[in-house]
Amino acid sequence: MAIRVENVNYIYGEGTAYEIHALKNINLTIQDGEFIGLIGHTGSGKSTLTQHLNGLIRASSGKIYYNDQNIYQENFSMKELRGKVGLVFQYPEHQLFEVDVFSDVCFGPKNLGLNTAEVEKRAREALKSVGLEESFYKQSPFELSGGQKRRVAIAGVLAMEPEVLILDEPTAGLDPKGRDEILDEIARLHQERHITIILVSHSMEDIARYVGRIIVMNKGNVQWDDTPKEVFRNYRELEKIGLAAPQVTYIMNELKQNGFAVDTEITTVEEAKDSILRALKDREKKQV
Amino acid sequence: MGIIKIKQLVHDYLKHDEEGNIEGSSRAINKVSLEVEKGQFIAILGHNGSGKSTLAKHLNVILMPTEGSVWVNGKDTSEEKNLWEIRQSAGMVFQNPDNQIIGTVVEEDVGFGPENMGIPTEKIWQRVDKALRSVNMIAYRHHSPNKLSGGQKQRVAIAGVVAMRPQCIILDEPTAMLDPLGRKEVIETVRELNEKENVTVILITHYMEEVIYSDRVFVMDKGEIVLQGSPKEVFSQVERLKQYRLDVPQVTELAYELKKAGVELSDGILTTKELLDELKKQWMDRVKKENSR
Repeated sequence: MAIRVENVNYIYGEGTAYEIHALKNINLTIQDGEFIGLIGHTGSGKSTLTQHLNGLIRASSGKIYYNDQNIYQENFSMKELRGKVGLVFQYPEHQLFEVDVFSDVCFGPKNLGLNTAEVEKRAREALKSVGLEESFYKQSPFELSGGQKRRVAIAGVLAMEPEVLILDEPTAGLDPKGRDEILDEIARLHQERHITIILVSHSMEDIARYVGRIIVMNKGNVQWDDTPKEVFRNYRELEKIGLAAPQVTYIMNELKQNGFAVDTEITTVEEAKDSILRALKDREKKQV
Repeated sequence: MGIIKIKQLVHDYLKHDEEGNIEGSSRAINKVSLEVEKGQFIAILGHNGSGKSTLAKHLNVILMPTEGSVWVNGKDTSEEKNLWEIRQSAGMVFQNPDNQIIGTVVEEDVGFGPENMGIPTEKIWQRVDKALRSVNMIAYRHHSPNKLSGGQKQRVAIAGVVAMRPQCIILDEPTAMLDPLGRKEVIETVRELNEKENVTVILITHYMEEVIYSDRVFVMDKGEIVLQGSPKEVFSQVERLKQYRLDVPQVTELAYELKKAGVELSDGILTTKELLDELKKQWMDRVKKENSR
């Protein structure tokens, strides 16, 4: 049970003067239940890649397998795939359109051909899992705050009960608390329902806090594919391709260069605190 | 009088029913007063819906006061005859660069503003040239804007405002859609404009680390200014900021957590260097103690 991407190439405007080789021979395996961060500068190929995973874009060459089934096979149901691999686009609130929150969330499962009872059950569950109570159901989605709108949009995808959830910058433009709330909810979905999560983000701090594996795209290639610690160790190289490490990683490196016996492979504030406290304590012990 | 003066500003958004009758209103700004001096770098923080963007829209007359007054460069925004003058002295940059760029070539896009102001052609080119240099985009003058990165596009948008020679630039979450490099480029550009050209800057953002170099930070909540001061003063109040759905830069949070765990550090540490210096002192103290044994 996994997604397997084999030698995938994608060329925009093939054969025209505007040809762009957006994905170059991509090979990846995404296991069930992983929480993956997908990073890369603007135009590195992240969005193109995510749109391949649910069949919105068809590879120019190469193959993609969903649970060992070739998605480009003739009898493969793309519609079913799109129900299983949910994609939440950037600024998904721009896609809200129904008269009230509840109808908007029902739209996806209704289109899957489910009966009304099942559709409503799923909509209820989806809204609950993004933290929106019943008092919101009959409200117009356009009267909600930015963070609430975004939750409705995410619920709309969740109601389709995807096995894989891809989120393209789900926190762009949200305040810090709204950002944490959405990411915590996503992390909970990952833990409780074992949904595979692919999080596209420009915030290295957020990526470091939540994911177990980072895929770094650069100019249509996968440049790194490893744990956050391993990836952020290359912070100098990351900077050259428009990215960075979380601020704490820089702090720890600077402390180390200044003679502090701290761990530099650190990506969260919590880890940094522990490492500094340990270093200070070791210093004290030596005195005894 | 400062370049911007806001006195007891109230803004109500009106709700209309299907026939267009007024159904009710919601208050977005509630009696806000503030003053900005020429050449200052001001930051406005606040959660979604706290009123920041509404406030910004008053500064170049996209909105007009329900109550109270706003003066930009000494001109009252509620007087229609001041409209164009105010929009020339206070330029605005928005979140999405793609919505702000209209030209098919970078230099033409930047020239759009001054052209609309009726500036003679020759002078327009001088302004375009200078504006593109000031945002470090002169090398891209003949490029097509849609081939640029997010940070580059946003810098072109800033150049478009700079070419109108405003005294004040208001940026409403200019980095929300950008990757780390793009974010850095934009913030560096804005700081440079402020330092070298003495342009007054009002920066609205959700990225706390972008405001540490500002002269003054205003925090908004429920349409009011609830906290203000230097970045150090504001970021010293970690718990209070969290109540307002905000945050502090990672280095500030780390210092705060270390302090809670018993390390002697001052409040409101904003840069790695400050943290390093304070930790060094502690480290050396411990080494000294050791050596004196």
